[in-house]
Amino acid sequence: MKKDITSPPRLPLRFFRWFCHPKLLKYIEGDLTELYLERLNEKGKRKADIKFITDVLLLFRPGIIRPIEQRQNLNTQAMLKNYFKISWRNVLRNKGYSFINMGGLAFGITVTLLIGLWIYDELSFDNDNTHSDRLARVIQNVTNNGEVQTWKSVPFPLAEELRTNYGSDFKHIAMAVNWGDHMLTLKDKTLKQIGVYLEKDGPEILDLKMIQGSSHMIDPASILLSASAAQTYFGDEDPINQVMRIDEQPVVKVIGIYKDFPLNSTFAGLNFISTWELLYNADSWFKTAEDPWRPNFATLFVELNDNAEFNIVSAKIKDAKLKKINSQLAQKKPELFLHPMSDWHLRSEFKNGVNAGGAIEYVWMFAIIGAFVLLLACINFMNLSTARNEIRAKEVGIRKTVGSLRKQLVLQFFSESFLIVLFSFVISLLLTQIVLPIFNEVANKQITILWSHPFFWLISLGFIVITSLIAGSYPAFYLSSFKPIQVLKGTFKAGRYAALPRKILVVTQFTVSITLIIGTIIVYQQIQFAKNRPVGYSRASLLSIYEMNSSIHDHVDAVKEEMMQTGVISSMTESQSSLTGIWSSTSGFSWNGKDPNLSTDFGVVSSAHDYGKTIGWEIKEGRDFSPEFATDSSAVVLNEAAIHYMGLKNPVGETVTWWGRPFTVIGIIKNMVMESPYDEQRPVIYFLTKESGNVLLIKLKSSANTREAIAKIEPIFKKYNPAQPFEFQFVDDEYAKKFGNEERIGKLAGFFAMLAVLICCLGIFGLASFTAEQRTKEIGIRKVLGASVTKLWQMLSKDFVVLVLLSCLFAVPISYYFLHQWLLKYEYRTDIGWWVFIMAGSGAMLITLLTVSYQAVKAALANPVKSLRSE
Amino acid sequence: MKKYQLGEFEEVVMLTVGVLYKDAYGVSIKKEIETRLSRNVSVGALQTALKRLEDKGYLKSFDGEATEERAGRPKKYFQITALGKKAMEYSKSTRDELWSAIPKMAWNVKII
Repeated sequence: MKKDITSPPRLPLRFFRWFCHPKLLKYIEGDLTELYLERLNEKGKRKADIKFITDVLLLFRPGIIRPIEQRQNLNTQAMLKNYFKISWRNVLRNKGYSFINMGGLAFGITVTLLIGLWIYDELSFDNDNTHSDRLARVIQNVTNNGEVQTWKSVPFPLAEELRTNYGSDFKHIAMAVNWGDHMLTLKDKTLKQIGVYLEKDGPEILDLKMIQGSSHMIDPASILLSASAAQTYFGDEDPINQVMRIDEQPVVKVIGIYKDFPLNSTFAGLNFISTWELLYNADSWFKTAEDPWRPNFATLFVELNDNAEFNIVSAKIKDAKLKKINSQLAQKKPELFLHPMSDWHLRSEFKNGVNAGGAIEYVWMFAIIGAFVLLLACINFMNLSTARNEIRAKEVGIRKTVGSLRKQLVLQFFSESFLIVLFSFVISLLLTQIVLPIFNEVANKQITILWSHPFFWLISLGFIVITSLIAGSYPAFYLSSFKPIQVLKGTFKAGRYAALPRKILVVTQFTVSITLIIGTIIVYQQIQFAKNRPVGYSRASLLSIYEMNSSIHDHVDAVKEEMMQTGVISSMTESQSSLTGIWSSTSGFSWNGKDPNLSTDFGVVSSAHDYGKTIGWEIKEGRDFSPEFATDSSAVVLNEAAIHYMGLKNPVGETVTWWGRPFTVIGIIKNMVMESPYDEQRPVIYFLTKESGNVLLIKLKSSANTREAIAKIEPIFKKYNPAQPFEFQFVDDEYAKKFGNEERIGKLAGFFAMLAVLICCLGIFGLASFTAEQRTKEIGIRKVLGASVTKLWQMLSKDFVVLVLLSCLFAVPISYYFLHQWLLKYEYRTDIGWWVFIMAGSGAMLITLLTVSYQAVKAALANPVKSLRSE
Repeated sequence: MKKYQLGEFEEVVMLTVGVLYKDAYGVSIKKEIETRLSRNVSVGALQTALKRLEDKGYLKSFDGEATEERAGRPKKYFQITALGKKAMEYSKSTRDELWSAIPKMAWNVKII
C-alpha cells in the first residue's frame, strides 16, 4: 500500500493518540495536522516530520496526558454495595452451605489464630529485657571420651577470672548461684520461694523494673523481693528495711521491690534475689574448697559492650577455664562460649557441642500445621463455591449480558469471599476467646488475644485479605470465565474435567488430615512406649519431701521410729538425689583394668539405709546395703549400665576406687529410669551415706489410705522441722512430668488433627449433598427403572471413597518420613508399625463414608415421584 | 492573597485570544504569539496553558468547523469570559500601579 505523504508520521501520531486526554484529542490532533501540512508545504517533509515529532514529545506533559483511571464515570461505590448485597442474599438463601463455609473457615481461622498467638508468645520470650540482644550466658563444651557435651553451668571462680582478664568486652558480668527453691522467713512466716544469689551487677543484667527502693545491693545482707512476694509477706505494710531470713540462716534486709517477671521469661517466678557475697561469707566451703574450679554449679550471665560481638567474644574466652584447671580436669578440654539470650528458650539444645535447635522446631511444626489447617478451610470454600457453579452461572451470564466486565465479576466474587472471611474471622475471635483457657492449660501458657495491640489488628487485616484472596481466587477466575451465550441458552454443562480441580483439592485435604492423624497416633504411641518402659523400681504410693534444712536429718532415727509407729508407712529413707533425677556425677571413679585414658562420667546417688527397700529396686546379683555389715560404708551398688560400661565379668566382690578410696562392689541392680525416659541408661553408682540428704523418701503401706497417712505424717514432720512448710510430691506425679512436653505436643497435635478432620468432613458433607441434589433426577429415573437403595448408595459414595484411598497413598510416605525423623530424636523409641497407617486410613474412610452416606442414603430413599414430577 | 492567578505566558495567551477575537484557536494563537512577540511557542505549552485557563474559567471554548487540512478534526475556538477579563484588568492595574510607583530618579541612574 502506498503511503500517503501528506499524513504525519504514523508512529508518533499513534503514540499521541494513545496518551492524549480523550477530551482534547480531536482538537489538538487537528491543530497538529494543520501545522504539519503547512510546514510540509513550506519546508519539506523531513523538517515537518521532525517538527511534528518534537511537538508530540512536548505535548507529553501533565494536563494533556490522559488520567490513568480509564473509567472515571463508573459508579464503583454503588456496585460494591450491590456486590455485598448480593453476597449477603446468597449467604441467607443457602443457609446450609453458608454454615458449612463459614463454620469451616471459622474453625480454620481459630486454629491459625491460636497457633499464631502461641508462636508470638514463643518468639517474644525474654523480650521484656531491654538489652536482650546484648545478653548471654557463658556455657561450656566438655569432651568425654570423644563425645562432646554441653554444660550450662560453670565453676564459680570463672566470674572473677573473666572480670580481671577479659573485662574489656563486657559491660556487666554476674554470676547466679543456688537458683531454686529456698525457704524465706519473715518473723514466724516461712514459705517456699524461688530465689537466687546474684553478684552485684545482676540486677542490671536482669533488667529489674524497680517499683520501690533501690536495686543496688551494697550491703551483702540485702534482699530484693518481687512484687508478688512482697504482697504475700507484707500485704499493705512497707517492706523496705524489714528483716528476713533465707533458709533460716543469713539475716537480710529488704532494700527493694521489683516488678514480677512475665511468664514468658527465663526468670519467670523468681521471687527474691540476694547477694553472692552473703552466700560466700556464710559458707566456709567456698574458701576452703581444695579445687574451686572443679564443681560446676554457677550460672554466669554477661552483658556485652555495644561494639562487641558474640562469636568474637566466644573465641576470646574459649580457653579461659582451661588455663586455670589442673591436668586431670583439662583432659575434658572445656571450651567456653556464649549462648545469647535470644537463643535461651528457642535454641537451648546442643548436640556434639553444636546448637541443635530446641523449641524452635515446635514453632516451625505448628506454623506449618496452622498453615495447612487454614488451607483446608480455604479449600472447602473453593470447592463449595465452584460446586454451585451451575447455579451461579446464570447470574454470571446475565451480569455479562448487561455489561459487566470480567474484572468486575472477579471483584464481585472476591468481595463475596471477603465478606464470608470477615464474618468467619469475627466468629473465630469469639471461638478463640472461648477456647483460650483450655488451650492455655494444655500449652502451659498465659496467652491472651492482643486486643489493644495495633500490630495484631494489622496482621489480622492482612490475614483476612490474604485468606479471602486465596479462598476467593478459584471461584473468582473460574466462574467469571463463563460465556454468557452458552450459559443463558441453557446448554451449559460443566465438562467432564470441571470436577478435576475439585477432586485434587479434596485429595489434598485428606492427605493433610490423614498425615495429622498418623502423626497424633505415633506421638501417643511413643509416649505410651516410654511410659511402659520398665523403671526398675516401684513408684506406687511413694512420696518424696525435699529437705531444706538439716532438722529432720539431725533426728532421723527418732523421726523414723515415730513414722513407723503410725502404722501407715512401710519404709523411710533419705537420699541426696530425688528419684526422678541424678543430681551429681563424678569423674573420679576407677576400677581394675580401666583404660587410663578413659574419662568417666558416672552418676552418683548417695543415700541412707533402707533406700533399696523403700524404692523397691531389683537386685540382680549380690545384696543390698545392710545395717548388719559395718563395712557397708565403703561398699557400692552399681547398676547394670555401669557393669556393662566397666566390662567386669564378676563384679560382685570386686574392689573399685573413688578418688583413690577403695570401695567393694556388693550388689548389682537392674537399671532404674531416674532421668529422661527416652534416653539410654547411664552408669550410676549408689553409695551408702550418713550425711544429710536432700530428699526424704517415704513408702506408704499399700493398705493405707493416702489422705489419712499424710495426716499422720504431717505432725511428725512439723514437730521436728517446724521451720519448713510441709510439702510433698508423689514420685508417680513427678515421673509423669517427664512426659509433659511430649504429652503437650501430642494433645495439641490431636486437637489440630481433630479440627482438620472436622473441616474436611464439613467440606465433603457439603459436596456430597450438592452432588446428591444435582443428580436428583438421575436418581429418580434409576429408582423407577429398579435400582436398589444399596446400589444408589454405592454409586454416590464411590467417588469419595476413591479420593480417600488416593489420599492415603500420598499420606503414608509423607507421614512416615517426618515421623521417622522425629523419632530419631529419642534413643528409646517405638517402631512405626504398619497398623498405624491402616488404622488412620480406615478411620478416615469410615468418617468419610459416614458423612457421605447420610446424604447418599437420604437421596436414595427419596420418592422418585417427587423428583420426577417437577418438570 | 492573590485574587487572580495569571502567569506571564497565560497573560500573553489571554491577550492574544483577545486580539484574535473570533478567530482564536490553537494554530492561530500560536502563530499570532510567534509573529507578535517573536518567540517560539510549542503546541504542548500552548495547549496546557489553554486547558489551565479554561479550567480556571478565564476562557470558554466552542467547537468550530472541521476542514480538510485538519483531516476532519474540528477546531476549538476560545473566548475570554467575564472572569477572564477581570483577571486581565487586575493584572494590568497592578503593573500600572507598580510603574507609577517607580520614582523618576530611578530612570536617571545612567547620567552619573
